[in-house]
Order: sequence, then C-alpha cells, then structure tokens
Amino acid sequence: MDVLTQNFALYGEGFWGTVRLTVYASLLALAVGVVMAGFRVAPVAALRGVGTAWVTVLRNTPLTLLFFAMLLGLPRFGVALPFELFAVLALGCYTSSFICEAVRSGINTVPVGQGEAARSLGMTFGQTLGTVVLPQAFRTVIAPIGSTLIALAKNSAIAGSFSVVELLSTYKTLSENGYSVIWSFVWIALGYLILTLAISGLFHVLERRWGVAR
Amino acid sequence: MPAHTPVPRRRGPLPHPPARPRPLPRRGPHRRRALAAATLLVALTACGVPGSPPARGPQPSALPHYAVDKDFSLPSSPTWTRAHQRGRLTVGVKEDQPGMGEKNPATGAYTGFDIEIAEMTAASLGFDPDRQIEYKAIASANRETALQNGQIDTYVGTYTINEGRRKLVGFAGPYYIAGQRLLVRKGDRHLRGPQDMAGKKICSAVGSTPLQRIQSDYPRAKPVAYDSYAICVDNLLNDQVDAVTTDDTILLGYAAKDPAHLKVVGKAFSEEPYGIGVPREDHALARALDDALVAREENGDWKRAYDVTLGLSGAPAPQPPRVDRSLTS
Repeated sequence: MDVLTQNFALYGEGFWGTVRLTVYASLLALAVGVVMAGFRVAPVAALRGVGTAWVTVLRNTPLTLLFFAMLLGLPRFGVALPFELFAVLALGCYTSSFICEAVRSGINTVPVGQGEAARSLGMTFGQTLGTVVLPQAFRTVIAPIGSTLIALAKNSAIAGSFSVVELLSTYKTLSENGYSVIWSFVWIALGYLILTLAISGLFHVLERRWGVAR
Repeated sequence: MPAHTPVPRRRGPLPHPPARPRPLPRRGPHRRRALAAATLLVALTACGVPGSPPARGPQPSALPHYAVDKDFSLPSSPTWTRAHQRGRLTVGVKEDQPGMGEKNPATGAYTGFDIEIAEMTAASLGFDPDRQIEYKAIASANRETALQNGQIDTYVGTYTINEGRRKLVGFAGPYYIAGQRLLVRKGDRHLRGPQDMAGKKICSAVGSTPLQRIQSDYPRAKPVAYDSYAICVDNLLNDQVDAVTTDDTILLGYAAKDPAHLKVVGKAFSEEPYGIGVPREDHALARALDDALVAREENGDWKRAYDVTLGLSGAPAPQPPRVDRSLTS
C-alpha cells in the first residue's frame, strides 16, 4: 500500500500517459482501419493493393520492431516528431490493420443483395459502402473491435521503453528506488484493469444498443 | 446477447433486380501482394548501419597476466574454503558494459576493467585467472540475492557501495570511484558539463538513478529514456539526443569503442565508489581482497589493467582510491 501512497504522483502520471496513448491511438486505428477496409473491397485494383499491403505489413510485424523502425529509423530520414506522437502513430497503425480485418469480415456478413440493391438505385461505391454496407457491417463487429482496443491498451506498455511516460515503466523507477517489485506490479495491474474494464464496459453498452441479435 | 434486443431493420422499397449486378469485390488479386509488402517492409526497416559503433574493445593479446599466489590460504573464510575445494572461484559480473564487463557473444570471453579486477584479485587468492575463474552474468537487481544464496563467491560489476546494500552484503574496496558524467559527440563545443544541459536532450536508462538525478536536479534539461544505453548511444551518433549520461565508467567504455565520434566531458556530478561484493558475514574474504587490491595498486597491475580497458577511451588513469578498511570491521 505504501508504494501507492508514497508514489501517487508517479503512478498518476503513468496512468494518464497510458490513457492518452490508448485514446489517441484508438481513434487513429479506427479511422485508418475503416478506410483500409473500404480500400480492400474497393472496385479499384490499386486501392485494394494498398489495403492489402497495409494489413500484410503491419499485422505481421512485431510491434516492438515497428517502434524501433519508427523511433530510430524515421529520424534518419529527417522525420523528427515528439516521442508520444511516434508512439501513437506506431500503436495506431499497427492496430488499424486488425480493425481493418475485423471491419472487412463484417462487410462480408452483409448479404450481397444489399450491395446490388444499392447499386441498382444508382448509388456510387462510396454511397453504397457508407450508407448501406458499413452501418450493417459495424453492428456485427462491435465485439472483436472491443477486443482489439483492449489489446491496444495493453500494447501501449511497449512505448515505455521509448521515452514515453506510461504506466508499466513506473516499476523501473520504483524498483531502482528500493520499493518491492511485487507491490509495484499489483498497483500497475490495477491501473490496467481500470482502463480495460472501462473499454469492455463501453463496448458492452454499444453491443446492447446496436449489436445484431440472431 | 439478450434475445429481447430490438433489431432495427432498414426498410424501403425493394428495387428491381439489376440487369448486371456488380457486387463488392471480395478478393483482390493475389499476385503483386507479396512484392508490395516486401518493398514496404524494406523501406520501414532500412535504418542505416553507419551510425552503429564499430566493435572495438580491449585486445586479448594486450591484456596483462597476473602472478598467481599459489601458496595462498585463507581457512577462516568459508567462501574461500568452498571455492578452493571446488577448484575454482565463481565471480558475478556484468555482460553488457563495454570497458567494464562485456561478454563477447562469439567467443563467450569476458573483457573489461571489472574483469581485470576480478582476475588480479583472484590471482592473489591463489586461483589461476585463465583456468580457475567461472564468470556468471548477474543483472543489477539480482546481485544481493545471488551473493546471499551462494550462487556466486564474489561480485565485480560497477557495484556502488552504499548503506542500503551494506545491510545485505559485504564489500571490499573501493577499487574505483566512478561518477555521473556526460557522453557527447566529438565535435560538440557547447555541451561541456552539467551546467550546459538546459534545453538539451539528455538520454539515460528508464527509471535509473542517473535519469532521476537529471529530472530532479536539472529541470531545464530534456530527459530522454530508453531501456538500454546502447540505444542512447545510437541516438547520440544520429543527432537525436545531445548527450548520454550515467556512470563515467560505462560512458568511457562507449567512448573507447568509437573514439573518433564520442567523448566524455565535464566534471563528475555524483560519486559512485565501486566495491567487490562478498557474502555479508565473510569479513576474512573482504579483508583478503582489500590486501590484494592494495598490493595490485602498488605493483602497477591496477594501472596496467586500466590502460588496456577504460584507458582506451583516452582518459588518463586516475589515482586509485584509498581502500576503505572500515567496511570490513
């Protein structure tokens, strides 16, 4: 208990760092993931290629390697950004590939007739996707997107090794200052639980509201 | 999912079946995927090699040999007696600190100033450095436990003597006084010491004491923290940070590896007396190690060891510190 009360500021800073990373990276991942899912089902071959390459590269690269490539690689090409922005980009792009595949599997659950109907009404591809297919697709993939974002919250711990303030790395300071490692970890685990339970609660509400009942 | 959840349905006039349905394509072309992916991966991971420091370090042929005291005997020390019966001394060391204690991944051989200290003191205790020392790499966090459990007989690895640790283990020495200093690029004329750190990016290990000291005592410096000093040094060579800070011993090791691009500057702004860790109750062993250190300092072995390890950085050998006998009483 002492570990928490004596280092409340340190824990608080770490917790908010993790919350910030999770929120910003989630927004980026959702936006990019939906766009990429649209690319993967687009009638233009070049767009499908971009979507497929995006998913293949990012989903199959270890996240730590992605952090190294971004934080140590990009500055050599003159791209110097704040560490937290790098971390949000790495986390967001990585997770966007999983979001993309979840959304695409949702698109595949929408009956072909829906798309055909929209086309026959004279809708463009964008209109078909945006007003007919995606709204239905989303309802079937609320749960997997929730799981992906919970994974993102926990993956954010990797950023702590790359000069970003976040929850997990607080244990390094605490252990150097002679606090019990086990108790440091108990409070860190509690912090992650608060965050992940909040995300699963939110997605539970979303699913009750919009999920498809079969 | 609750069964009573209302299922909104999109209602509207059913259109006539289109003459030529154009469903959303479900599959893209398979060809060219792999090629595009490979190209992007290469672009992502193409970090230049030129920044990495070249592998330079102590040359095995130049290392001094220490005279073994074959008749040495210390029956009052249980640790020495056990090591003598076993025929070899087990020494805990660091494996990732160039210049101090570094393991060659190809040959498995250890080199560095700490290793030399371990060898010269082992020779004074009657163990042949070439055949009768077994090194074990022990991380900082496990040093006390390893000594208490008898996994190692002594520990020689940038081990700062302080009050907290003295409650758990015994110390011989100190054999070197390290201090926190700054490693900068060779051509840097502006950053000459801790007084110039305002607005500069200063890199150290996450959570380490040197980093905490920067954060608390030099609030105008911009701390950058990675898991390892090797990444800090890489960042320094690529102009992403302005300095790396930790114990000067570790910094001198990196400077010695790449003297054309790196140098250690400024006065030390902390004091870290390095000692040889021994089991807490074994005062006889600590006293024998103290005697060995004093003898090796007097006959010049200490300076020779410094010159072939830390001395490669260009920093001249300092006066060895006075051995603190009060630690063993």
